[in-house]
Amino acid sequence: MTFLKSREAILLGAILLLIGAIALRFPAFVAPQNLANVFNDTAPLMILAIGQMIVILTKCIDLSMAATLAMTGMVAALLNGMGVPLPLIILIAVLLGALMGAFNGVLVWRLGIPSIVVTLGTMTIYRGAIFLLTNGKWVNAHEMTDAFKALPRSVILGLPVMGWTALAIIAIFAVIMTRTSFGRAFYAVGGNPHAAVYVGLDVGRSQFAAFVISGALAGLTGYLWVARYAVAYVDNAGGFELDVVAACVIGGISIAGGVGTVAGAILGALFLGIIKNALPVIGISPFWQMAISGTAILLAVMFNATSAREKGRLILKATDQT
Amino acid sequence: MTDIPQTGRQIPDRLQSSLHRGLRSWETLLIFVFIAVFIVNSFASPYFLNAWNLSDATFNFTEKAMIAFAMAMLIIAGEIDLSVASIIALASTAMGLAMQAGAGTPLIVITGLAVGLLCGAVNGVLVAGMRLPSIVVTIGTMSLFRGLSYIILGDKAFTGYPKDFAFFGQGYVFWVISFELVIFTLMAIGTYFLLERSNFGRAVYAIGNNPTAALFSGLRVQRVRFILFLFTGISSGIAAVCLTSRLGSTRPSIATGMELDVVTMVVLGGVSILGGSGRIFGVVLAALIMGAVTFGFGLLNVPGIVMSIFLGILLIGVIAAPQILRQNKRE
Repeated sequence: MTFLKSREAILLGAILLLIGAIALRFPAFVAPQNLANVFNDTAPLMILAIGQMIVILTKCIDLSMAATLAMTGMVAALLNGMGVPLPLIILIAVLLGALMGAFNGVLVWRLGIPSIVVTLGTMTIYRGAIFLLTNGKWVNAHEMTDAFKALPRSVILGLPVMGWTALAIIAIFAVIMTRTSFGRAFYAVGGNPHAAVYVGLDVGRSQFAAFVISGALAGLTGYLWVARYAVAYVDNAGGFELDVVAACVIGGISIAGGVGTVAGAILGALFLGIIKNALPVIGISPFWQMAISGTAILLAVMFNATSAREKGRLILKATDQT
Repeated sequence: MTDIPQTGRQIPDRLQSSLHRGLRSWETLLIFVFIAVFIVNSFASPYFLNAWNLSDATFNFTEKAMIAFAMAMLIIAGEIDLSVASIIALASTAMGLAMQAGAGTPLIVITGLAVGLLCGAVNGVLVAGMRLPSIVVTIGTMSLFRGLSYIILGDKAFTGYPKDFAFFGQGYVFWVISFELVIFTLMAIGTYFLLERSNFGRAVYAIGNNPTAALFSGLRVQRVRFILFLFTGISSGIAAVCLTSRLGSTRPSIATGMELDVVTMVVLGGVSILGGSGRIFGVVLAALIMGAVTFGFGLLNVPGIVMSIFLGILLIGVIAAPQILRQNKRE
């Protein structure tokens, strides 16, 4: 465990170093209000990264998260147009997301189809479904009620509600993943599926639960996203699923399953969020962002691999090289 | 994503027979799907059965299929390359730079192919050399390669390629047979012989089924993996030449999302995403089906996104159907 902790500590150190380097030349960046804004801006990525982390822990991957987000966001915007009260909208968004995640989960659990194939398929199906639902029309700011748009942006103690939501989700899942048998089951199932079966855990059911959680979190983010940016359309958050996976990889979550913490996912997301927010400040073209996050992913995976290399591998390595 | 234990797994009394039947029926299933799509299309639109229209239709799958063949081998070997579309972007950008520097058509093409090969080598070194998981590595290089394109081009575009460069994407070799179709066919035949008729191909299947056993059998596992990444790299380079030539311009957003189409094509073609099985003929059929569906829907003015729903359902449905049948049989 100490070794696991140190990995997050190193990432935290890298983030502090990054912030420090920016602060040397642009002190305004580290003003508390600006840091709160960066945190708030990264909130959707953090919430989704927690969901993705749980899925990855069980040796699966969810590529349909951004499409689920776009779908639930669109439904939330349409319901808002019909005059449905806000708490009900949020509840429906979360439930719809959970349902879409459950669909992925059933295909993985009951039919044994690899998750990458399932979510690759549902990714396009969900996006297409939004198009069928709306005929490709946008829902714009003036079609949304003020209360609908205001909630994620209303500031409490210097941090908008969206940031508080992320904090709440982080706290809830930090407890679930470390303190409950439900949360530990995800680690057991991904770390050693055979052993998990022997201790009486249902691997498929855990994977199903992971997809339901990731769907529900994507559903919640769908409302927050649409309300904050005040627009809903088919390609909303297009390609965001890869940012989420990137955040997890940078956060030290092993794609092979069973390894990863909520803190890692959050730090990975924050790392990407800080880079995204800092680039315009330090005067680097935003066109650099993609290459930088790509490099960060590669460095993170190299670092994680060198620190996690098992002893048994070395024998094979020697044989291979002769 | 791999080796999830199936409780109650049984060892069959007779090896291979049911698997063989299954494989054979997969291609048969695809042929039926293709014929069905073809017949429905020719009834739905009077413009479908026209040699020139059909020839035009081949353009919407040939470039993807060029990469799909190498991707099929890579997936059979148990790896994946999600960076192929980004390799296209970087190769295309490099070709644009070469063009701006005053290079002629041959040099432009060589630049594209060389950059493709180089990108493949980068993936190969990271996966085979440093033993990193390919899905993460190629998600990283996917950002990196396209990111480099964005750094070079920003919101600009390269245009004004030489006239004779247009041949690769727009030229016809004979009557309605386009240059791209010829390349597609040659690559299909070449990959077939490499994968299903050569020692190298047997090694690919062996590694995909059990890399440890393959290693102990004396196969150079990492070398084969490296070569496979070179293949997807150079294939993406070839696709980049064709696509750039067909569009006549380069933007950093070129071929965005194509990697998912390529993987869909490969999986639809009956290649197991877990590695170890799959055949090139299936991938060819999947390419033809995807081409016919896209073209037919296009003639009917169905929006592109509805086509993608159909392909998504096809992908899951075609893989789920045998599973459901098998489960029903067991019960």
